[in-house]
Amino acid sequence: MARYITWRLASAVFVVFGVSVVTFLFLHLEPGSAARTLLGEHATPRAIAALQKEWGLNESLPIQFIHYISDLVHGNLGTSYIYQVPASRLIGERIGLTATLVALAAIFAVLVTVPLAALAASHKDKFADHAVRGISVLGLGMPSFWFGIVLIEIFAVHLHLVPVGGIGSGPAGYLESLILPAITAAIGIVPILVRSLRVGMIDILDAEFVVTARAKGLSERFVLVSVVARNAVVPTVTLLGLNIAYLVGTTVIVEQVFNLNGLGSLLISSILNRDFPVVQAVTIVLGTSVVLINLATDLAAARLDPRIRLQ
Amino acid sequence: MSSPPRFDGGTTELDAVSEATHIGFWRRARRSPSFIAGALITGSLVLVAILAPVLSPYSPYQLNLYHILAGFSGSHLLGTDELGRDVLSRLIWATRTDLTVGVLAVIFPFCFGTLIGTLTGYFGGVFDTIVMRIVDVVIAFPFYVFVIGLVFVVGEGTKGIYIAFAVVDWVVYARAVRSTTLIVRESDYVAAAKGGGLSTPRVLLRHVLPNTITQAVVYVMNDVVLAIVAVVTLGYLGLGIQPPTPDWGTMISDGQPFITTHWELATLPGIAVVITGLGLSLLGDGLADALRPPS
Repeated sequence: MARYITWRLASAVFVVFGVSVVTFLFLHLEPGSAARTLLGEHATPRAIAALQKEWGLNESLPIQFIHYISDLVHGNLGTSYIYQVPASRLIGERIGLTATLVALAAIFAVLVTVPLAALAASHKDKFADHAVRGISVLGLGMPSFWFGIVLIEIFAVHLHLVPVGGIGSGPAGYLESLILPAITAAIGIVPILVRSLRVGMIDILDAEFVVTARAKGLSERFVLVSVVARNAVVPTVTLLGLNIAYLVGTTVIVEQVFNLNGLGSLLISSILNRDFPVVQAVTIVLGTSVVLINLATDLAAARLDPRIRLQ
Repeated sequence: MSSPPRFDGGTTELDAVSEATHIGFWRRARRSPSFIAGALITGSLVLVAILAPVLSPYSPYQLNLYHILAGFSGSHLLGTDELGRDVLSRLIWATRTDLTVGVLAVIFPFCFGTLIGTLTGYFGGVFDTIVMRIVDVVIAFPFYVFVIGLVFVVGEGTKGIYIAFAVVDWVVYARAVRSTTLIVRESDYVAAAKGGGLSTPRVLLRHVLPNTITQAVVYVMNDVVLAIVAVVTLGYLGLGIQPPTPDWGTMISDGQPFITTHWELATLPGIAVVITGLGLSLLGDGLADALRPPS
């Protein structure tokens, strides 16, 4: 186990480093554009050069990269050009909302996926299986932001059950206003999860230990709950980890649909404002979070299933 | 390894491409309900895209400020939008825009990813290790964060979409093709082809690739769905296809402010996306059934 953890930690550190390199390249390949877009089309070359010097963009790329990495290591994510405050403060104010949304969406996704996959797997090639597979095919081609708008039409505009957008007051109002966004984000990954988990569950249902359990005369309910379900936990955790990146990306868009002030809205408004340091900081924070969640799910899966760490 | 002259040109007995699989393909395809349904839906959409100038009753750009937000009627079957443009005509033209961009966006990732996957899987070594670490980094990024970031750098519009897809999407093909190549390169027929003295490019092109590309071909259909959803999503965010070009995504975002009074404006373009996705996914599933060699 110790060897597995070390190896997994090392690869996580490498990927986080890669994420920072890619983010750096994003924003420094065209160094002139930041100052020019901020100052406008009619800015003089001297004004652009002055601003670039202030931002440290006049140095050579390797020097800039060293500054950038040393800042990152010291936890300095840069200062917003627009708000003139540290990017870390802007992120700190919003990360809680996004994290809650991702967590709720993950819970919804599991609550929907597990029963559907179990239903399909236990009725393989029968009507229920075809129905579940049909629904997931439909879901794959559905833009999640559009599904969110349809949910708003039905539950907020017509039934008045939840607010149209924004955040309610108090803990109850807070959670209430996150229900539709979380369902919307969850629906984006449910079809993928159902498809994979269905296959995983079919494999488990055919496994020798299930045959043995049945042969021992254990009740079908006991077999399904204690033997099959327990063995399906690991693939579910792994799958969720694999799809968390996509879920986080979807959350960025869902925040926009429901007018929520999280990291996604910050990212998109910073892009439209050409606020480079904030775009860079949010990208790194989101990328790193995904790596850490992946690490956590992989370690959890290895803890639950010894076969994984022996591979 | 250089090939002896007698193996140059033409198909030899060592070229293991089975003719039988090609004959069986159409027979299995005709029996697959997914394939038939998918081909019908996708075919109809392609026809709509090609015949857009003939099918649309109005120009998708024609404004009529005296006739804005008109509901369903005889003269405007699906009503008009907030600028008085005919919704049906815009939906039809958007089919052309979004299908074209979706298909074009996956061509480079498909070719490049398949090439990289074949080479890394077949040769292994340092090259394989480096490429797979790059793949890890690309996969760690939340897809939309990466694409939105790239569009930010290269600019809004179709160019941004193509570049973003080229950078991000090849990893999926590379991974899938690499894992099947790892299995195929150990097979007896590849050993036989190598032992027979065929050149490495020939072994790769005629013996490895035909057996590994199936998965990539099946995935292309799902990938076009992903690409169209991404194009529509970027359009919705104002980072994709720019107005006034008709696009389902911008139609949805333009319609969102009117959901309390005109639900159809934001809903109909989304239904168009779902139908497109359904058609392509079914076609992909059907292709997978038809390409799977008989067991």
